[in-house]
Amino acid sequence: MNYDTIAAVATAMSSSGIGIIRISGDQAFSIIDRIFCPKNAEKKMEEQPTYTIHYGTIIDGTEMLDEVLVLLMRGPHSYTAEDTVEIDCHGGVLVMRRILEVVIKNGARLAEPGEFTKRAFLNGRIDLSQAEAVMDVIQSKNQLALKSSVSQLKGSVKNKIEILRKHILYDLAFIESALDDPEHVSLEGYSEELYERIQKLICEIKNLLQTSENGRILKEGIKTVILGKPNAGKSSLLNVLLGEERAIVTDIAGTTRDILEEQIQLQGISLNISDTAGIRLTDDLIEQIGVTRAREQAKDADLILYVVDSSCPLDESDVEIIDFIKDKKSIVLLNKSDLKPVVSIEMMAEKTEHPVLSISAKDEDGIEKLESQIREFFFQGEVSFNDEVVITNLRHQTALRETENSLSMVLLSIENGMSEDFYSIDLTDAYTSLGKIIGEEMGEDLVNEIFSKFCVGK
Amino acid sequence: MSSKYEERCEIIVVGAGHAGCEAALACARLGLQTIMFTVSVDSIALMPCNPNIGGTSKGHLVREIDALGGEMGRNIDKTFIQSKMLNASKGPAVHSLRAQADKAEYSRSMRKTLENTENLSIVQSEVTEILTESNEVTGVRTYSGAVYYAKSVILCTGTYLKARCIYGDVSNHTGPNGLQSANYLTDSLKALGIEMYRFKTGTPARIDRRSIDFSKMEEQFGDETVVPFSFTTDPEDIQIEQVSCWLTYTNENTHEIIRKNLDRSPLYSGIIEGTGPRYCPSIEDKVVKFADKNRHQVFIEPEGLHTNEMYVGGMSSSLPEDVQHEMYSSVAGLEHVRIVRNAYAIEYDCINPRQLNPTLEFKKIHGLFSGGQFNGSSGYEEAAAQGLVAGINAARRVLGKELITLDRSQAYIGVLIDDLVTKENREPYRMMTSRAEYRLLLRQDNADLRLTKIGYEIGLISEERFQKLLEKEKQIQEEIKRVSHVNIGTRKEVQDILVSYESTPLTSGITLEELIKRPELNYEILAPLDPDRPLLARGVAEQVSINIKYEGYIKRQLKQIEQFKKLEKKKIPEDLDYREVPSLRIEARQKLEEYHPVSIGQASRISGVSPADISVLLVYLEQRKR
Repeated sequence: MNYDTIAAVATAMSSSGIGIIRISGDQAFSIIDRIFCPKNAEKKMEEQPTYTIHYGTIIDGTEMLDEVLVLLMRGPHSYTAEDTVEIDCHGGVLVMRRILEVVIKNGARLAEPGEFTKRAFLNGRIDLSQAEAVMDVIQSKNQLALKSSVSQLKGSVKNKIEILRKHILYDLAFIESALDDPEHVSLEGYSEELYERIQKLICEIKNLLQTSENGRILKEGIKTVILGKPNAGKSSLLNVLLGEERAIVTDIAGTTRDILEEQIQLQGISLNISDTAGIRLTDDLIEQIGVTRAREQAKDADLILYVVDSSCPLDESDVEIIDFIKDKKSIVLLNKSDLKPVVSIEMMAEKTEHPVLSISAKDEDGIEKLESQIREFFFQGEVSFNDEVVITNLRHQTALRETENSLSMVLLSIENGMSEDFYSIDLTDAYTSLGKIIGEEMGEDLVNEIFSKFCVGK
Repeated sequence: MSSKYEERCEIIVVGAGHAGCEAALACARLGLQTIMFTVSVDSIALMPCNPNIGGTSKGHLVREIDALGGEMGRNIDKTFIQSKMLNASKGPAVHSLRAQADKAEYSRSMRKTLENTENLSIVQSEVTEILTESNEVTGVRTYSGAVYYAKSVILCTGTYLKARCIYGDVSNHTGPNGLQSANYLTDSLKALGIEMYRFKTGTPARIDRRSIDFSKMEEQFGDETVVPFSFTTDPEDIQIEQVSCWLTYTNENTHEIIRKNLDRSPLYSGIIEGTGPRYCPSIEDKVVKFADKNRHQVFIEPEGLHTNEMYVGGMSSSLPEDVQHEMYSSVAGLEHVRIVRNAYAIEYDCINPRQLNPTLEFKKIHGLFSGGQFNGSSGYEEAAAQGLVAGINAARRVLGKELITLDRSQAYIGVLIDDLVTKENREPYRMMTSRAEYRLLLRQDNADLRLTKIGYEIGLISEERFQKLLEKEKQIQEEIKRVSHVNIGTRKEVQDILVSYESTPLTSGITLEELIKRPELNYEILAPLDPDRPLLARGVAEQVSINIKYEGYIKRQLKQIEQFKKLEKKKIPEDLDYREVPSLRIEARQKLEEYHPVSIGQASRISGVSPADISVLLVYLEQRKR
């Protein structure tokens, strides 16, 4: 089977000791030769035997990126049964990301989620009995990636991409309607107009690329949700956490829910923290909607802060929340320690396995304990800064670069005096590439646009 | 019980429109005893709407039909009265031929061909029932109760099923042009479990030439040199004297008349239920939808040489008769217009085409094929293309040969059929060049190089024509190779020619191939610099020029096609039970169960099936295979 060459980070994308970047496919060896400078500079990886390890540095042009070990495995004796190269580098998000970027720049494609496993299976490396597991992995990883691709994108960036796509689609539809109905729609003088518009589009794409290189097109941080019954002190806690001395606060607008999200830096760890409506059993319809949303928020949170009013006895609603957070990374906070407690740490510890802390949001008491508990979680890797963020960012960058290339090709076609139907080819590619970022395909978009914007037909 | 007439044949074609004609001719020419049914022998190959063949992307279809051994191209070459190559100033991929036909002659000429084709007989009768036995077609029954048995049946009923013509509050249960509609077949199809749609289309009025003031219109001429549709037609034979069309415009007054009578349109009052096509909107639709446009083009086109009737292109309508008179006479040049035939909308039954395989055979009923507007398409050319494929496959089935499918990288016909059987489509489908993702390779100029070999293998292309094609292929290849080795120096003669075409003079030697690639130059222009150039037919030189000039783009598309073909080749077994495939998302499973795609490629084009679902399916098929 002949597939193209793919690459991905094989280890977790976090600050661990060692990171592995895996390349698989026909081009794996020639790519490594272009970016790897072995200690003995004469050595060509393509000529080295299989199952050998080589020491040297990864370079991007003249810039040295990292000191690494390179493992060579020739197909069919590798995980995917294809020629495979693994780069063992120093862990660290930035280093791994740079190395992966340079691998991609030199001819590999960023692997789809689960793609190594898929190839291993299709190439006969994985046992038949594991086929179902393989299918599960592919489906779940893809759904996760798709979700994160769109959900991690900042609202403002998503809007911008949608607008850019709209512009491209309009021009594409205009050209196509003129080609389809030359007697109704004229393209006279259109090339000059288009040239200017495409130049502007390219500028915008470049801006986006720069933003993405700074990692600022994504929402980052640990998704943290504050849960609790009404009046348990959730908002007070948020306000304390947002206190000036430790907080950089930004409002992230554009989320679909009306729940406010704030970003907080806790000594280098960024939390995306959201306050939710209080959860209690209620017949009030409006309140029920708020409760449903709170649950939705909590469902894909990385960390839950469950706030309990320790001056009131636990009731059915608490039981429900405790059950709900059973399998989630959570910290239980017994608030209002300044009042006479009815619920003690010991009582709570019997009901839940999560750490229980006593705090007073009002007096800002116990907040330091909370911070150190969050830090502990993070550094023990129990709450990890989502791997997907880095990968998603890289995917988006690749798509933006492709878009830029396609649009530059349109300019070139115009400069060369090619006819308009050639612009369509590259405009279509640009439209498709941008679509990848927001998870949308071309589908019937073009045909619909032609009919809705232009009066064509007999 | 009285005894009824019975007859046996091999293939039955229901309908004698553009799809039916191609289907019947293909079957008979492949040696099968074929009977073609029509409600009226006088309406064979009727053109009930516009009086032309071809146009953007439709011209491609006609070329392809011809390259495969179909009839439409030859027939229009014999009967056209004006011809134009559209988009001639654009890239070669979008050049499209369009010819005005003498409608009556077109119909008469096609009828003559049919009547003189061996193995083919025509029967005037309405087919009312499809006969089957355990999901296999056995024949048809007609209105009189006669039974005709056959091994394959091809349905090409066009717009005749339960047809209803409407304008204003007038509604007639007839097919186009007042012809008898077919009112029983739908129920028979429904009883067989076939899902039906109701579509709508429309046509403008025909007016009397003598009532038109042409001095207020712009004359539209045909091309000076006519290019034939058929690869078998000698261009010398068709340089005829052409007739003109005329261009005029609607105006604010026209639009006001329409707006104030909108409430009397059956479209807006709800009398019409069918779904109409967006690409040929009625004039009332245009006025409503594009309210900011203060005029719309109107093309006045002759219906033939021996009639005064003229077609009013761009003004189809279903407004009441009195409004039509007022509306048409508000157009410049039509002040004293005499209407011969009213504009009307027509509603008809057709099928949900996703019940078909890409071979155009029904998935659930073996031996039953269909083509044309019955499949939810629109247009004469789209119909003929499907009729040809349905005919070829119906014949191959009877002959025990493997059925053929053209894919999206081979032909517009492939794009057309794949779209019909794979995509959600709720309006009459029209071909457009933008629907073809590999259009740079699917040009009208190379249809023979793409398809004639296939036509030969099928048996519709003669040995002589095939040998000519092989010779043409060889000449093209040799000439491309030769040109890449011709060196052009910096001689004065060279520089002079370059300067005369505003091309940068040479600083050092270069090959002829590289010069041809310059946007401002081409193969023909550079002939004076190429003294050893062999004498080549126009068709050969054209291919050499295009292939060299657009090499970069062509290579890019060829690479995409390679990827595309990989997925097309991965067939999905017919008996695959999608409930058995783990990890498919529910939406994808439902879609796959509904469509039963024949290949992974087709599955990947179904909306609602994600790339991850395709990966899962690939893994499952591999597991099943081991």
